[in-house]
Amino acid sequence: MKPTRPLIEAVGLSISFGPKHARTRVVDDVSFRINEGEAYGLIGESGCGKSTILRALSGLNGDYDGALTLADKELPKTRSKDFFRRVQMVFQDPYGSLHPRKIVEKVLAEPLAIHGIDRASERITETLDAVGLGPSFRYRYPHELSGGQRQRVAIARALITDPEILLLDEPTSALDVSVQAEILNLLRRLRIERNLTYLMVSHDLAVIAHICERAGMMYKGKIIEELTSHQIRQSQAGQDYTREFLQATIEAVARRDEAVA
Amino acid sequence: MTDKSLSRTAKIAASSGSLGLWLRAPVPTSPFHARMQQLWLQWRRLRSNASALFGLCVVVVMLLAALLAPILATHDIYEQNLAARLLAPSFQHWLGTDELGRDVYSRLLFGARITLYIALLTTVIVAPIGLIVGTTAGYLGGWVDTVLMRIVDVFLAFPNLILALAFVAALGPGIQNAIIAISLASWPPIARLARAETLTIRKSDYIAAMRLQGASSARIIFGHIVPMCIPSVVVRVTLNMAAIILTAAGLGFLGLGAQPPSPEWGTMLSSGREFVMTSWWIAAIPGTAILLTSLAFNLLGDGLRDILDPRHG
Repeated sequence: MKPTRPLIEAVGLSISFGPKHARTRVVDDVSFRINEGEAYGLIGESGCGKSTILRALSGLNGDYDGALTLADKELPKTRSKDFFRRVQMVFQDPYGSLHPRKIVEKVLAEPLAIHGIDRASERITETLDAVGLGPSFRYRYPHELSGGQRQRVAIARALITDPEILLLDEPTSALDVSVQAEILNLLRRLRIERNLTYLMVSHDLAVIAHICERAGMMYKGKIIEELTSHQIRQSQAGQDYTREFLQATIEAVARRDEAVA
Repeated sequence: MTDKSLSRTAKIAASSGSLGLWLRAPVPTSPFHARMQQLWLQWRRLRSNASALFGLCVVVVMLLAALLAPILATHDIYEQNLAARLLAPSFQHWLGTDELGRDVYSRLLFGARITLYIALLTTVIVAPIGLIVGTTAGYLGGWVDTVLMRIVDVFLAFPNLILALAFVAALGPGIQNAIIAISLASWPPIARLARAETLTIRKSDYIAAMRLQGASSARIIFGHIVPMCIPSVVVRVTLNMAAIILTAAGLGFLGLGAQPPSPEWGTMLSSGREFVMTSWWIAAIPGTAILLTSLAFNLLGDGLRDILDPRHG
């Protein structure tokens, strides 16, 4: 393994929702660190707080306690423009994450305009190529694209400003299985090509095992255990809950691995 | 698709040649091309909607009548001829003459100008104000929302015509004041509509994605939320035109809109009121024109809703 430094770190992260008298703590004192170039996963059942962590980290929700750091600097609650250039997010639902009245080119040109990046036209061509969409998709509206194609456009949008970190919020769960594999392989290839750091949230063990080297098992707002992808495959878990969770999906993992490989 | 529509498509392709091919090309080659293909699809959807097409035709005829009024008119609209007063429709005077011997047909044509002028100018004032207030309130939320929406509530608390009446009474009658008065009364519903749309749009992932790109609130509101609100506002405004025309005619009828020599339809209607029993055409003809125009705008608005609203797509 190459020498690494923690790029993202969460220390004592807690997030609560609701009015003062009836606050629900959704994320409870969570800490983790992600090294540069690493892919880290958060697994857990629905409602365990994994997407909430992602939204807090991305800057969509500034209402959290604890600290989030990027490259050893604590992030302010209101993120800077520079942060948005370095950290990008891919959403779960490709049908909701693209503006219905904007052609692909416009979707990709907008971030370039915001950050004042030059060579817009060439960059758009390059990025579309990188996500496996040809030039014929450039002037399409989202409703003319399939789910997988839309997700590729969403990934292209996230990549166009050359970020270091990609936050992935269940990027494949809204797609059908064969398309899932394509998108996962694309994400894997892009990470190697562009030396990206991933933080991926999923309830699907197979997806996490395929993409991530390490993963945190979440249960009721806490990370109860950290596992390597090897441990996930071998279902070696320290906690009872993790073992149960792994057991429940183990067959799916084995099956999916064949399909993806 | 049925055989009939298929053969029709083929016929269109044959008749329109390269333009038709360009509009139906599978891969658009420029942003303009993509936009035009969308418009083409929407036009085809509008064409299959009979009532909307009827509305559109009437509106186009109205526009042409207003535009070509000096050419189409047969008489001077201000020339009084007391020897020829209250004549029934004839070859000399197609729609008869009024109580001062003026040609009703010619006055109707020039009246279309005033009516459309009021309707369009009001719309141009009202739509942007309503859109900006509504989207800003909806997107920013918090105290901005509260303040803007209470202002809207204040305006909504007055009945439309009463507010316009009070305003015109204060400023004095006339077309300009009527336009301002009608605008004052008709922007709040549009702001409400735009706000409601914005509330559903602001939570969507594509807006979140823009925030994560570092886009400013202004960029998000004007670049991303406004385009989503425009279709429903266009529909609302088109439906509103009927109400605007009626309000303008109402003000004219009460003597607070356009002033007598001018051939505004409401004013014509009001002056024909005394002669309804003996010379029906003086009141009935501008009345019919008001009815037809409002109906046309309503039908067109309904049709536009069908083709523009993404939820109906």
